[in-house]
Amino acid sequence: MTKKFVLGIYDDEDVLLQAIENVRAAGTNIYEVFSPYPVHGIDDVLGIKRSRLPIVAFFCGLFGTSFALWMQIWMLGFDWPMIIGGKPHISLPAFIPVTFELTVLCAAFGMVITFFIVTKLKPSFKVNVFDKRSTDDKFVMAIEVKEGVTDMSALNNLLRSNGAIEVNEKEVIK
Amino acid sequence: MQHVSPIREPLVTGGKTYHDITEDVCRQVEAKPNARWAAALAVALVGLAIFLWSVYRTLWFGIGEWGLNKTVGWAWDITNFVWWVGIGHAGTLISAILLLFRQKWRTSINRAAEAMTIFAVICAAMFPVLHMGRPWLAYWVLPLPNTFGSLWVNFNSPLLWDVFAISTYFSVSLVFWYIGLIPDFATIRDRATGPIARRAYAFLSFGWTGSAKAWSRYETVSLILAGLATPLVLSVHTIVSMDFATSVIPGWHTTIFPPYFVAGAIFSGFAMVLTLMIITRKVFKLEDYITLEHVESMNKVIILTGSIVGVAYITEFFIAWYSGVEYEQYAFINRATGPYWWAYWAMMTCNVITPQLFWFRSIRRSLTATFIITIFVNIGMWFERFVIIVTSLHRDYLPSSWAMFSPTIVDIGVYVGTIGLFFTLFLLFAKFFPVVNMAEVKSILKSSSEVKHHPHGTMHGTDKDSHTNTHP
Repeated sequence: MTKKFVLGIYDDEDVLLQAIENVRAAGTNIYEVFSPYPVHGIDDVLGIKRSRLPIVAFFCGLFGTSFALWMQIWMLGFDWPMIIGGKPHISLPAFIPVTFELTVLCAAFGMVITFFIVTKLKPSFKVNVFDKRSTDDKFVMAIEVKEGVTDMSALNNLLRSNGAIEVNEKEVIK
Repeated sequence: MQHVSPIREPLVTGGKTYHDITEDVCRQVEAKPNARWAAALAVALVGLAIFLWSVYRTLWFGIGEWGLNKTVGWAWDITNFVWWVGIGHAGTLISAILLLFRQKWRTSINRAAEAMTIFAVICAAMFPVLHMGRPWLAYWVLPLPNTFGSLWVNFNSPLLWDVFAISTYFSVSLVFWYIGLIPDFATIRDRATGPIARRAYAFLSFGWTGSAKAWSRYETVSLILAGLATPLVLSVHTIVSMDFATSVIPGWHTTIFPPYFVAGAIFSGFAMVLTLMIITRKVFKLEDYITLEHVESMNKVIILTGSIVGVAYITEFFIAWYSGVEYEQYAFINRATGPYWWAYWAMMTCNVITPQLFWFRSIRRSLTATFIITIFVNIGMWFERFVIIVTSLHRDYLPSSWAMFSPTIVDIGVYVGTIGLFFTLFLLFAKFFPVVNMAEVKSILKSSSEVKHHPHGTMHGTDKDSHTNTHP
């Protein structure tokens, strides 16, 4: 199925932020905005909710802590107890370093893997980019065109009057 | 919008635009390798060959190829291990700790510094693995079920903590570095003309498109990873220092070791970052991104950490005297006046005296002086580890077992070889990867560049407040 998009090209982040606000205020739904770097303040104007990845990291870290403690206590305390340096079998202070490292390891990897999955990032040889300049120096606002519903010339005017240096159309096979 | 004081020096000079940044960084990735790079790689490959030869000797004939003896059981191997791990720490400091402190100047150096971290940790890991004697049994350090009725590893041992610390540090640093690389790989991918380059960088870029949602998550992930990497980097050198501090050897058994080792690690790491960056900015013409301001900031970190290290050396001496333990006192007097006095005074000169020259602004801002002093620091920090390890061991409790350590050709070969390995990896990185984080530099361009970035398109009156941060 092909989808048609109108792309408004911008070359300044402040113009872009203002344009997003105005376009949204005019009742137009923005499909996606592409930028060469993270633009601060774009989340608010686009209405992007705060990411829940920190919560994922916290629970993965919690798993790491519990797993590390369980592993050390079970291995040295129950499965094969040995007296090492006259210390108790379960000597918690000595277990802290490994517990800490596994907490960090699980939190980092759990969060990053989740990030890759939810953002759909995976190695592939072919990538569809709306406008290749969006990874260089341009900001691209993509608006989905609904056949028969979208007024193309009005949309064009709306984007241009809000500072777009170019307005292009693009069809993408989804 | 962030506010940057107009009295601050700009972080990017030369009136660059976003596109200029892309061009300047991608140029060396896209161009054919130049002669200077090829010559440098040839030298590094000679080092790598020395490494492979020395590793072959070590594995085929055993640890007896090294100069170790019954008294000095740890010498160059562990010295080199601690030296390399310490060097690696600056990369994480720049990428994580300076991110948490919102130090924007880190953006143009963090990529290369993190690469340095990863390559330094690879070099470091070679030494404990080779020192095992039978590295093919290296998996015995992991708590795996085994044929001995599941006799588990000893979780009370700092050497085992090291296994977890170094492997966690390496993998988290690698992930942190790679996340930062993804948007820049996408930039290279979208510019690539050849089919191989396009496909290769498309593969590496993980299909990154730079959508607002992805950037929002990217920033969250970077911040949390920085928050995790900060205590991690401090824990790694703390645990490395515990390899010594939890033993009962005079000269090792001290509570000052963790903070002292961490400060020393940052000190030596920044020195190595500066050594590499001074060369990289010259070779790849990145003077507008890695400015004298950056060099000066890093030199300030060197004075701070160098002074902490200096205070630690003096504190160790004081505590040895104050403890009233004669073995402890002898260990320290022997360090300064014994047969290894030259190593001790090389350490004191390079680490305590030379960095103090950075109190002079003209020296802090001189590339030649900085380059020379950072080489001194690199040498001094190697001697620090040598002094701690060998002088504490070589005269133990029984004078009948006193011994000296002298390195064999294989010892020297493994050490010189890891330098070759390091530079081989770094040169390949510098050629095929973007050495400056383009996306992050672009994000600070508007607030901290020398000349206001003038978009060439038409403006519609929305830039009224964007002139507040310009420099005249």
